[in-house]
Amino acid sequence: MRAFVVAVFAFLYLPIALVVLFSFNAGHHASEFTGFSVQWYGKALSNPFLVEALKNSLFIASTSALLAAFCGTAAALGLQRVGARTRALFDALLGAAIVVPGVVIGISTLVALVQLFAVVNPFLASLWPTDQPPKLSLGYGSIIAAHGLFSMALVTMIVGTRLSSLDRNLVEASSDLYATPLTTFRSIVLPQIMPAVIAGFLLAFTFSFDDFIIAFFVAGAQTTLPIYVFASIRRGVTPEINAIATIVLCASVLLVLLAQWQLGRRKPSP
Amino acid sequence: MTAVPDIEFRAVTKRYGAVTAVRGVDLAIPPSAFVALLGPSGCGKTTCLRMIGGFEQPSEGQVLIRGRDMAGTPPYRRPVNMVFQQYALFPHLDVEENISYGLRQARPRLSSHEIALRAGEALSMVQLAGYGRRKIHELSGGQQQRVALARALVNKPAVLLLDEPLAALDKKLRTDMQIELQNLQREIGITFVLVTHDQEEALSMSDFVCVMNGGRIVQLGQPSEIYDEPADLFVADFVGKTNLVSGKVARLSGDLVDVALADGTVISARKRVPLSRGEAVSVSLRPESLSLSAPGSGSLKGIVRNRIFLGSTAEYAIEVRGIGSLLAKADHVIGQGNLFKPGEPVAIGFAAGAPLAFPHANNNGTNQREDQNAEILS
Repeated sequence: MRAFVVAVFAFLYLPIALVVLFSFNAGHHASEFTGFSVQWYGKALSNPFLVEALKNSLFIASTSALLAAFCGTAAALGLQRVGARTRALFDALLGAAIVVPGVVIGISTLVALVQLFAVVNPFLASLWPTDQPPKLSLGYGSIIAAHGLFSMALVTMIVGTRLSSLDRNLVEASSDLYATPLTTFRSIVLPQIMPAVIAGFLLAFTFSFDDFIIAFFVAGAQTTLPIYVFASIRRGVTPEINAIATIVLCASVLLVLLAQWQLGRRKPSP
Repeated sequence: MTAVPDIEFRAVTKRYGAVTAVRGVDLAIPPSAFVALLGPSGCGKTTCLRMIGGFEQPSEGQVLIRGRDMAGTPPYRRPVNMVFQQYALFPHLDVEENISYGLRQARPRLSSHEIALRAGEALSMVQLAGYGRRKIHELSGGQQQRVALARALVNKPAVLLLDEPLAALDKKLRTDMQIELQNLQREIGITFVLVTHDQEEALSMSDFVCVMNGGRIVQLGQPSEIYDEPADLFVADFVGKTNLVSGKVARLSGDLVDVALADGTVISARKRVPLSRGEAVSVSLRPESLSLSAPGSGSLKGIVRNRIFLGSTAEYAIEVRGIGSLLAKADHVIGQGNLFKPGEPVAIGFAAGAPLAFPHANNNGTNQREDQNAEILS
């Protein structure tokens, strides 16, 4: 049994460990370790295409995570006030949104966006006074929208869980102490759910930063870091790719740990 | 009393779907009184308190605070404050921030100097001076209780509402807090409305006890009145300990009735409601109204089954043939070794006027209370 567990974990983590190890390889090959070096990190970070893709990814991840944190929290708050049946339905839909495969979300978002553009663009053109009307197309906007939509479900679930464990008495006590509903929200509810909102933001950021599949479908001409990595692999796996992978891995693990820590602090019940 | 009552209920009914929690309650609470709403769980006492606080709206009738109809007034516009059962202190604020929370909502704004001053006063009032910067989770249950009190009282409300405030404390602390609450109420002079299911707590602290059952007020009176002159069988049974013995009315004479018990013994009891000859009744016998003596005298004969020595008093469970087990309580006088031993035969006498006869399982009786509880729980 123990050997089996070891085998499973080795199967899961050994490739990752190898990637990290080979990112420090002094040699050119991804298959033989010739000595320790950090030269590939330097090479990776001085590659203008890669830096551009990294910037894109950071921008898209932070924007979509902000959007998701805001809309997801609003949705979770709104769901507090609906009936039990509507609530159950929405919870089921949220769960479904999270388990739907990325490919499906990618394709359906692509189809939806293209259809939308086909309707909106001529409409915009007919309204626009000059010859060059703005034209909606795939790019930043569509990746942010697709990631934001998916992450919103994540944030709604996390914040919703926190809200349902929030002591209703606190809200009543605040109201009893002359606080208007708005003040109660600002000074009692928001501070109580803030760790969940932050955790939701961090997870949404991590998801967007790492996501390849959805971005691949809706990116248009834009390149995000995972898309760049995928494209470079076709030219062969170099230690440079390993270095990028290691950076992404470390950043992701760090963010997820940060999110966990946020969720763990200030438990609603004292 | 001509003064406007602090709290007034006018034919208040509260329904939750098919369940009626409060049925046509009329109640006027005079200013500066300590009133306890007492009853078993599900009797509607907490619902009444929440209707004063504004957390529930009556389905019918009116709730008035100092003569003003409160219909449609949200909790944050009512001149009352509540101490919640689990205190509901804000965990992300420290003690002083909790206490000054209500003051900070005042419009026009109070100066920060005044807020600090009043919060400090409130802290000293509950003997927590110097605890202002503590976190809530660093406090013991008793201290949290005091913070909750200070947080409510600092606003100088017209009425303080207390929802089972002592339920979460251990017995020793509870007794201390009972005395402290009584002192606080006298010092500040505002009306306290306490909800409790603990009859001892209600009797010991309040000026008036309002006994509720099945959504109705069964009796309103001073603690001694409630104890000595219970309005019905439910109150007699719920408030304090009592022995209930069944029998039949054998003879009526003015306020008194002779009741024939199951074993044939006839005892004289007072009646609180009209009774007719031959009617089945329950007689309430307070344990302390039973006197024990050596066999030969007294009305009933029995055998001591258990003795519980409590220091100043001793309680006896006495088996009486044909009637069952009776609880008797006798004062213990130091030096007089007058304790009966288990297995010893004794004679039981009754203090004159102490036994009270009630119609057996009538509309207000014990059986119905259980039905209603079952109905509410189901």
